Amino acid sequence: MKYNWNWGILLDLEPGGSGVYLQYLLVGLGWTLTVALAAWVIALMLGALIGTLRTAPNRWLSRLCTAYVELFRNIPLLVQMFLWYFVLPELLPRALGDWIKQLPPPWGSYVPAVLCLALYTSVRVAEQVRAGIQSLPRGQMMAGTAMGLTLPQTYRYVVLPMTFRIILPPLTSEFLNCIKNSSVALTIGVMELTARARAMQEFSFQVFEAFTAATLIYLATNILVVFAMRVVERKVRVPGYISAGGAPQAGH
Amino acid sequence: MFTGFDLDVIQRSFVYLFRDGMTFTLTLTAIAMAGGIVFGTLLAMMRLSSFRLLAAAAGAYVNLMRSLPLVLVIFWFYFLVPWIGGWLIGASGTVKVGAFLSSAITFTMFEAAYYCEIMRAGIQSIPRGQVAAGQALGLNYWQTMGLVVLPQAFRNMVPVLLTQTIILFQDTSLVYVISVTDFLGAASKVANRDGRLVEMYLFAALVYFIVSFTASQYVRSLQSRIAVIR
Amino acid sequence: MISLNNVSKWYGGFQVLADCSTEVAKGEVVVVCGPSGSGKSTLIKCVNGLEPFQKGEIVVDGIAVGDPRTDLPKLRARVGMVFQHFELFPHMSVLRNLTLAQVKVLGRSEAEARDKGLKLLERVGLTEHRDKYPGNLSGGQQQRVAIARALCMDPIAMLFDEPTSALDPEMINEVLDVMVQLAKEGMTMMVVTHEMGFARKVAHRVIFMDAGRIVEDAQKEEFFGTPRSERAQLFLSKILHH
Repeated sequence: MKYNWNWGILLDLEPGGSGVYLQYLLVGLGWTLTVALAAWVIALMLGALIGTLRTAPNRWLSRLCTAYVELFRNIPLLVQMFLWYFVLPELLPRALGDWIKQLPPPWGSYVPAVLCLALYTSVRVAEQVRAGIQSLPRGQMMAGTAMGLTLPQTYRYVVLPMTFRIILPPLTSEFLNCIKNSSVALTIGVMELTARARAMQEFSFQVFEAFTAATLIYLATNILVVFAMRVVERKVRVPGYISAGGAPQAGH
Repeated sequence: MFTGFDLDVIQRSFVYLFRDGMTFTLTLTAIAMAGGIVFGTLLAMMRLSSFRLLAAAAGAYVNLMRSLPLVLVIFWFYFLVPWIGGWLIGASGTVKVGAFLSSAITFTMFEAAYYCEIMRAGIQSIPRGQVAAGQALGLNYWQTMGLVVLPQAFRNMVPVLLTQTIILFQDTSLVYVISVTDFLGAASKVANRDGRLVEMYLFAALVYFIVSFTASQYVRSLQSRIAVIR
Repeated sequence: MISLNNVSKWYGGFQVLADCSTEVAKGEVVVVCGPSGSGKSTLIKCVNGLEPFQKGEIVVDGIAVGDPRTDLPKLRARVGMVFQHFELFPHMSVLRNLTLAQVKVLGRSEAEARDKGLKLLERVGLTEHRDKYPGNLSGGQQQRVAIARALCMDPIAMLFDEPTSALDPEMINEVLDVMVQLAKEGMTMMVVTHEMGFARKVAHRVIFMDAGRIVEDAQKEEFFGTPRSERAQLFLSKILHH
């Protein structure tokens, strides 16, 4: 039983009739990016808040945020997805739970996926923000306070602008992680790129063509994102400042 | 409709969950960690070697693995390994490869890329004077690496290597996509059979949390004790 | 024993060594001195092949260092080297530091290597530290162990790269004493150092380098008495008043 190569399959119509397989996959890329971007925007805002609060002088506040971080870091992403999709609607008050379950596809899968990925990623962003803040010389905060700025103002005008520039490189890799992690949403029905590659494989039996196409699309997306982030880095660069912040990383 | 917690289902399926599910998860984690660190160290040495072809090949492999979602890599190996197995033994098609073997290969190869970057940082953090001292005594490349550099690099990177292993432990849950019965898969099976998704998934989350959290606390305490005094 | 002939070395476009030629006879002690960046450390690292060089030739006991067919590890096992930052292996005990290369490179048995190691440890006055780790020793003690480690290999010559530059002043003498003793016993030594007291005591010749060139290469009495080059005179006048 030899494998029959057929790269032309990418230009064949997919069974659903929506277009050729290549188009089908690219729509999947669209879903991947939609999930990832929506989650990323939420994660950035939430993560910046939590990361900042972890460095706050108020012990209870920072302890609370530490608990939040530990909770989301120690449960696998897939398990969190299941909790959002299967468990949450059951635990909410009856009316709310029913409303969520009534959401038509694809939104019934999309919303939990985005929320799950957003909170999961926010924790990683929080860690980067915290490391970035702590890598700034202590004198910066003191200088701000000495001028009469309140603590929130010092963070807003002095600490955070520098922190974000410092952590741009690790944030870029967190964004790339977010894109990769969006693939886990296929388990709750989001038809993103990997899901569609799998579907293509099931319909056409052209396993390697399907997955190679998906691989190349992911790689191309990767390269584009890295390139775009480099442009952003150059634009916001502070002259003469060599950044060395960001948390030392394991993981993906 | 939610009718109230039925903790009984957890009690009844406890043995199945842990004897079948968790042992699979832990065994897979252990094998992928061992294999991944060995292969990863090899990749790191290749990346740092002066043979450009070797360095480029290792670099390409590591960058590829780090650019792709784990789910996609799981599918890749799930379909690829039977074909490679067939090619290796000269059969004309695929060789049936069990779920465990396929997963073990997948996770070893995938995590090796991440372990490689950790070991590479570790090796590069050893001062060049140590290499010079080893060479000055007449040690050749393999002796210098094996006796002087790698032991020190390992010691310094143990906390990061362990943290990566905790992440690996969590990642194994993704074998779900190829319907393999690990801990999460077992919980899912029970959940669907008995209609008790809430209890089972919450329980699964709790177990993963306890294991990961305990392990990461241990790593934190290890960090202070293990640095080689210079 | 060691001869350098028109040795030149470049780091990219920058020339670090320019036409260096000199000889070190058996039993001779040669001190190499000069300002920072003069290339003296680089020169000595070329002698045992730790640094490659592009032009010229270096011959150690009849073996050409620059020849690609030369078995460098074997050569290095016969030439001992002591580094500025000691470079003891921190994850091994003192004794293990001494026996490692004896066993792995010279093929001696563990027992043989231990005996040799302990003998040399006694010679440098550190027997009671044999089971300690380098991190527990002072700089001077570490450097003496490093010298013992090199001597365990029964070298035909010893190279020293600024052996006391990283030491606190109180510890310099304990290391110099070991080196003086070694010289008196007839070891062929090439020493890069600023310690002119050491040079005056046991050196036979002094080489002065500046900007990658050997500017002065004279017998000790001549060098300290009436050095010919202006540069050497300037250097001496600046460092001899410590």
